[in-house]
Amino acid sequence: MKRTVFNNQLLPWLLLAPQLIITFVFFLWPAGQAVFQSFLRQDAFGIRTTFVGLANYRALLNSPEYMNSLKVTAIFATSVTALSIVTALLMALAVDRMIRSTRIYTTLLVWPYAVAPAVAGILWWFIFNPTVGILPYVLGGIGYDWNHVSSKTDAMILVVVASAWKQVSYNFLFFVAGLQSIPASLREAAAIDGAGPVRRFFDITFPLLSPTTFFLMVVNIVYAMFDTFAVIDASTRGGPAQGTNIMVYKVYFDGFIGQNMGSSAAQSVFLMLIVIILTIIQFRWVEKKVAY
Amino acid sequence: MVENRPGLNLLAHLVLILGVVAVALPVWIAFVASTHTATDFMSGTIPMWPGPHLVENYARMLDRGVSTSGTPPVANMMWNSLVMALCIALGKIAISVISAFAIVYFRFPFRMFAFWCIFITLMLPVEVRIVPTFKVVADLGMLNSFAGLSIPLIASATATFLFRQVFLTIPDELTEAARIDGAGPMKFFRDILIPLSRTNMAALFVILFIYGWNQYLWPLLITTDAKYYTIVAGIRRMADVVDGMPQWHLVMATAMLAMLPPVIVVIAMQKLFVKGLVETEK
Amino acid sequence: MTRIFTVSAIALIASLSAAQARTEIQWWHAMGGELGEKLETIATAFNESQSDYTVIPAYKGTYPETMTAAIAAFRANQQPAIVQVFEVGTGTMMAAEGAIVPVYKLMQDAGEAFDPSAYLPAVVGYYTDTQGNMLSLPFNSSTPILYYNKDLFEKAGLDRDTPPKTWSDVEEFSNKIKESGAASCGFTTGWVSWIQTENLSAWHNQPIGTEQNGFGGTAARLSLNGPVQVKHWGNLKRWADEGIFKYGGPVGGNDAAPMFYSQECAMFMASSASRAGVVANATNFELGFGMLPYYADVEGAPQNSIIGGATLWVLSGRPEAEYPGVAKFFTYLTSPEVQAQWHQDTGYLPITQAAYELSQEQGYYTENPGSDVSIEQITLNEPTENSKGLRFGNYVQIRGVIDEEFEQMLSGSKDAQGALDAVVARGNALLEEFQAQNQ
Repeated sequence: MKRTVFNNQLLPWLLLAPQLIITFVFFLWPAGQAVFQSFLRQDAFGIRTTFVGLANYRALLNSPEYMNSLKVTAIFATSVTALSIVTALLMALAVDRMIRSTRIYTTLLVWPYAVAPAVAGILWWFIFNPTVGILPYVLGGIGYDWNHVSSKTDAMILVVVASAWKQVSYNFLFFVAGLQSIPASLREAAAIDGAGPVRRFFDITFPLLSPTTFFLMVVNIVYAMFDTFAVIDASTRGGPAQGTNIMVYKVYFDGFIGQNMGSSAAQSVFLMLIVIILTIIQFRWVEKKVAY
Repeated sequence: MVENRPGLNLLAHLVLILGVVAVALPVWIAFVASTHTATDFMSGTIPMWPGPHLVENYARMLDRGVSTSGTPPVANMMWNSLVMALCIALGKIAISVISAFAIVYFRFPFRMFAFWCIFITLMLPVEVRIVPTFKVVADLGMLNSFAGLSIPLIASATATFLFRQVFLTIPDELTEAARIDGAGPMKFFRDILIPLSRTNMAALFVILFIYGWNQYLWPLLITTDAKYYTIVAGIRRMADVVDGMPQWHLVMATAMLAMLPPVIVVIAMQKLFVKGLVETEK
Repeated sequence: MTRIFTVSAIALIASLSAAQARTEIQWWHAMGGELGEKLETIATAFNESQSDYTVIPAYKGTYPETMTAAIAAFRANQQPAIVQVFEVGTGTMMAAEGAIVPVYKLMQDAGEAFDPSAYLPAVVGYYTDTQGNMLSLPFNSSTPILYYNKDLFEKAGLDRDTPPKTWSDVEEFSNKIKESGAASCGFTTGWVSWIQTENLSAWHNQPIGTEQNGFGGTAARLSLNGPVQVKHWGNLKRWADEGIFKYGGPVGGNDAAPMFYSQECAMFMASSASRAGVVANATNFELGFGMLPYYADVEGAPQNSIIGGATLWVLSGRPEAEYPGVAKFFTYLTSPEVQAQWHQDTGYLPITQAAYELSQEQGYYTENPGSDVSIEQITLNEPTENSKGLRFGNYVQIRGVIDEEFEQMLSGSKDAQGALDAVVARGNALLEEFQAQNQ
């Protein structure tokens, strides 16, 4: 909190105006519209509209497809988070041992952050393509008949790998920073006590990294739930048989492709609730971290 | 570095090399694919080494595109992406820095209300309010325009908070001194705050440029005119072919071109990039 | 956008001073690749043929994407004058009174000569209302046919000039092909929904839904879980397990064609409109054509196949000046020369009798064996209630449901009966929703 401030009443509003106008016009108003729309039933062209109360919500909660989407989202978000965090941690630990080559390895590992999720989706879609892809060919050699067009598991693996691939670099940087902030004296002391590298990791490094890990978990879950829309859209499009139809994709699909605005809006409202909860968790953590 | 164990160091190198290869593999394959012709994919598997058609494929995409699958020349799409990314990055920085200034250096009624209004944008990703936002942009006549591509995306709670943090660390003595010198708020803002937050702006710019360049769903929805297609959204249109096969070599050439600019930015400005990434998440 | 256009138009007028402003007509379509090139040729030729209107074609992605883009644009008041909508969107478009201008009315208002009886009944029947008024203009209609690899047939010891007639032939031939090592798979297919479900039903004179497959109104419900459909899906599952059938993916089946081109599969069921693409890609072997197979023990089979493809719908709410131009363009589009050319270039059916006769006169069918299979197939018998076509609301999603349940069956989590029962149950929920939305 600043003690010294300027005494001007109009100026701050002028300064805030662009941000607030954009927020109101493109965020708050549409979000309000989405809530309103979730109580309506409308035909595709928006010609006939009826108020249906909570019918859209009831229909969703009774819909096996929506329940499936919840399950798929949970599996997807957990897998992406676990895969990208574990891989990144492994890399970060290895880099932490390096003295001279840290920078070069870091450079070679961080650039996928810059690749658009849509492009990542296309790349992996191509690599896993059953007819021209290289990985199905290799997998075929060891007797696995890869087909993400008909197997839900294969399709899920595909989108998890594509999404995690892009996210490893991000987690890696945070782990490297986290490792660097652990005092070397702590680990040295443990080494003198005769603790091997594995014990040292579980007794000292990992507990001290836990704030970073927790933070990354939240960030990765948010990433997997929202930012992977493009990965899905550029590869499986929610298929096969809804096997990769995560919630954010279903909102888009039911609204834009399925033309069921009411149901799509109701799903948006559920998603907003989830983001609100995740944001609160994230910020509570930030406050705590700032505290010590 | 606690102790020296050659075996462990070797293992560490091995893990990292494996990681680097795994990370690079998809891009290598895309690159190889982009140097062949369509018929090279007919045999069943794709080749592992580059073919002789690199210049031909890239030149074709940059210059002509594939008009019949709705892909205008890639050079044109890259230009659109660049304009959009710059508008988003600079716009976000500009409006965030002034709103942070207002929130930190002024006391006025409803200050907290304004703060929360900005905060709430964090909770409303474009994906969850897509249909009504599309309608708003259409009603404002902003479909197919750079304004429509960028303005709805430039509100930013993250950037505002970042500048708020930066301003909070600037000592009050500076403000006092400025006031004693008779400097008004805008002069103080211009002469003291902007220069002091220059590195933060640069770091933020790197992150936001990537964010802007990689936008997908929004440009996909609001551009119906090929003149305004952006490259990341444009790729999908190419991979979709009715009654035929995707022209993988051209799709991959486009994918390579789509990732090139942001990857170069990250590699060339690695320090700023890392700083920006870590700071925006604080 | 409009302003930018106006500004540039003024600039143009100023610079040319004498130039007359042409009215622009937006035409959104879903024709990618070679088909898109042909379509652009037609638009260019029309633009050159007169000086009042400019038709601007714009590719909008796949059929569902084009349709939904147009609907979203309509809601935002940014719609094109003409949009190409695929046949399964017909129910949704027809229900949207107020959003569309029926073609018969458009032609009447513009005073263009228009004779509905000049069109092939099997084609226009799909797109007329119960009073016989044509609502949209058939542009590209096709029907599924069988493509096969003559060289692989010969390698397997089969007659290279005899395509399979019945499904038991398909099974027998496929087994021979696989056992002889000529190829690793017998057949593949595009469009499981359209070919192996809807057309299968029509071809065997089985209902797809109630109310004459939906022609009778929005109260229609699905009924495609009958014995013939169940038997066929069950067979496909068994053949997939035995490896003689390979699934090419949902919707159009993107992976099916490559398997045929790379000679992995010897037979391929796909749209007659894929003909140009198949001919262009089948460079290493000789191509044969045949009708869709049928089950000989089903009475009345083969009946006639139904069409797919798309029609052009005219959306309301554009400036008045555009509609006479649209009418003029439609007249141009249906002229025998343009139609015959389009038909011969693409493999889509000729939509008028005159275009069909012109193609015959030009000797197209004798020069291109196999190109008339599609016409023979749709005109094989007088269409019945079950084989006239189908018209359900929300059918884009129902197609998705068919694909999903088919995939469920392939993965072994449901049997054929269970999968088709689920199609009916889930599809009917969508139909109820549609009926409620449009009341």
